[in-house]
Amino acid sequence: MTSRLLRWLIPLSAVPLLALLAYGFRVNPREVPSPLVGRPAPPFELQSFDGAPVALESQRGKVVVLNFWASWCYPACYEEAPVLERQWRAFRERGVVVIGVDIQDTVEAGRKFTRDFSLSFTNLRDATGKVSVDYGVYGVPETFFIDRRGRIRVKHVGAVTDEVFRTTVERLLSEPPG
Amino acid sequence: MIPELGYGAAIAALALAVWGAVAAAAGARTGRVALVESAQRAALGVFALVTGCFALLTYAFLTFDFSVRYVASTTNLGTPFYYRITGVWGALEGSIILWTWMLTLYTLIVILRHRESARELYPWVLTVMLSVIAFFLLVVTVAAPPFERLAPVPADGRGLNPLLEDTGMITHPIALYLGFTGVTVPFAFALAALITGRVGDAWITLTRRWAIIAWYFLSLGLLIGGWWSYHVLGWGGYWAWDPVENAAFMPWLTATAFLHSVMIQERRRMLKLWNIALVIMTFGLTVFGTFLTRSGVIASVHAFTQGSIGVFFLSFLALVLLTALGLLAWRWDALGAQGELDSIVSRESAFLLNNVLLVAAAFTVFFGTVFPLLSEAVRGVKVSVGAPFFNQVNVPLFLSLIFLMGVGPLIAWRRASLDSLRRNFVWPVAIGVVAAVFFFALGVRPAVAVLTLALTVFVALTIAVDFVRATRARRRTGERLLPAIGGLLRRHNRRYGGFVVHLGVLVIALGVTGSQAWSVHTETTLRRGETTELAGYRVRFDGLSASDESNHSKVTGSFTVTNGRVAGVLRPAKKFYPQEQSPIAAVDYRLGFREDIYLVLGDFSRDGSEATVKLQVNRLVSWIWLGGVVLTLGALLAILPEWRKAA
Repeated sequence: MTSRLLRWLIPLSAVPLLALLAYGFRVNPREVPSPLVGRPAPPFELQSFDGAPVALESQRGKVVVLNFWASWCYPACYEEAPVLERQWRAFRERGVVVIGVDIQDTVEAGRKFTRDFSLSFTNLRDATGKVSVDYGVYGVPETFFIDRRGRIRVKHVGAVTDEVFRTTVERLLSEPPG
Repeated sequence: MIPELGYGAAIAALALAVWGAVAAAAGARTGRVALVESAQRAALGVFALVTGCFALLTYAFLTFDFSVRYVASTTNLGTPFYYRITGVWGALEGSIILWTWMLTLYTLIVILRHRESARELYPWVLTVMLSVIAFFLLVVTVAAPPFERLAPVPADGRGLNPLLEDTGMITHPIALYLGFTGVTVPFAFALAALITGRVGDAWITLTRRWAIIAWYFLSLGLLIGGWWSYHVLGWGGYWAWDPVENAAFMPWLTATAFLHSVMIQERRRMLKLWNIALVIMTFGLTVFGTFLTRSGVIASVHAFTQGSIGVFFLSFLALVLLTALGLLAWRWDALGAQGELDSIVSRESAFLLNNVLLVAAAFTVFFGTVFPLLSEAVRGVKVSVGAPFFNQVNVPLFLSLIFLMGVGPLIAWRRASLDSLRRNFVWPVAIGVVAAVFFFALGVRPAVAVLTLALTVFVALTIAVDFVRATRARRRTGERLLPAIGGLLRRHNRRYGGFVVHLGVLVIALGVTGSQAWSVHTETTLRRGETTELAGYRVRFDGLSASDESNHSKVTGSFTVTNGRVAGVLRPAKKFYPQEQSPIAAVDYRLGFREDIYLVLGDFSRDGSEATVKLQVNRLVSWIWLGGVVLTLGALLAILPEWRKAA
């Protein structure tokens, strides 16, 4: 026979589960798990809209914010473009680079997008789609935060906000380099 | 005007539901019949009001009333008539209204059927049902109001999620919700049994057929969901262990366990506590499922939305679990068993094992679903649990369950004698083993497929043995063959309904095995006129064409498929919706008994000279849908005559 008190453990057993689910509210589901997180960022070399080749390798030692976008991606890419530009200007002196990669797009539409938002950071074209496949890009926009040692640390799905950009980049900058 | 009416009706319904719940409880405690009758009238009023709400919302959809935010966000002027109706439950707010309406419908039927037959339990059943309805109406009025105004009124709406523009979207949610909400009835009876202390067999007898109905709709909802996924999503699969699929699967597992364990309580007066616990678990899992889908806590393709609504559902889940388990603890002493397990080799123990396996499966699915959350809470690491985990753990469990499916119905109650074992099982086991050797020698691989085939043969034979023997027994009394079979099915409709359901499950198991083990696919880029080959099919790319539909534009590829016998043109397409960021694939396929040919259009060049196509030959997938039909027949056999008997 179960003692009188012990049986009340039955309803109490539900409490940890409820607590766990409540914890779920504090979690951001936009920060999706990716097998790439913690791994070295796949290297690539792509051409910018002016035709100049840019390699990811050349940015080693800096915190890289790699953003996949497309001109047809409305509204999310349109929301985050000014954010990226603003944050890039704020952080560029501190060893942070922002690289945009335009995927599944035409040159004209992509170029118009960069002009419309007066984007001054590097924007590349992934004409063959190879780089987006390497990074497991599922939809645009997706943003990868790469630390100074060249490892992907955070994958963010959906429009990047000032808050996400600032806190993530500050965290990566605070780590010792190398 | 319409939105205000709808909102008013929802508030009035909420007030009535709260009154009804309180009045029924007060009536039960004081024995004043007038109070219970008042609660009954309140429940009828709630049904009428919620029906009104639903009708008003549908009307707003049909008339493109974009002044209603929900209408504007789930439809637009291009949405075809048919999808304007299914669009009513195409997103969070409307789906909750549909859900609530079904709850009120079930309550209505409970009133009609059990008002007289369950005098003691009935008032408390009303209290529980109306309380659950009150919660959902609270969501409708506060957390996710479907009638909220939108100002300024837009000229056109955003439109329905294109993936939901499919016939499956009328049947899938309706079946699934009928299953989810149907579980409320057994739950209400279980709580009423705990509150009144009448935890004997009465509530079990009253709720068994409700449980079968809810179980059947859950099964149907899951199967139609699989069909939708298969022919709409374009990845060629029907089940992905997505958190929300799991959310519907877990209550199905525990409900299945309950359907089996009630038989032990009926026959042997054991497992009282266990049965109540299973019902509480099942209902708790349905609430957990709604929470999961609508809170945004776990990332999923099905996720509706995020926001305050998650807090509502979590509070409700807490209330449900703490109340129900609290009552369970309170009545602990009354829930002891009267019977005892006599032998390990008996039907009781086969059913117990069945329950253990089903609950274990439910637990592993649950664990896999919440593990990402647990891992993040404890270690701060985001992980995702994928199909490999679920398959690895569940395949052995399900194979064991199939084995028990053959053993359980034929083995004797209490203690099976060696002689009865020999009589029932020697032939099925022997032929099952022979079948395994035969399939293996034929070159069937992998081993797990051989095992499934052999188990299927074994179970099907046990069913056949039982059926033939019972028919013969009736024939000996001079009946002719067909009347003997008919009489058997009618008289023992539960038993044979169950058998037919088992056959359906076997057919589904074969479909799952075949599609997992033997499907092949390839992806290739073809120039116009070029041909590719897969599994005996030759597929030629003939060109692309573009067209404008009412609410999207479409690029359709044309592919001629031949395999010696069949020739046909398949037209997979890509649909471009203005409101969507990426194109939606429209699959084209030919279903077959042995295999389906399945084409998905990938990227293409603008001039139409080149297209990438994903080509799949999926084996035995049709058996899954076929198994669903068999399962339906079995469920009908188990439910329908029962209703007539009871009437």
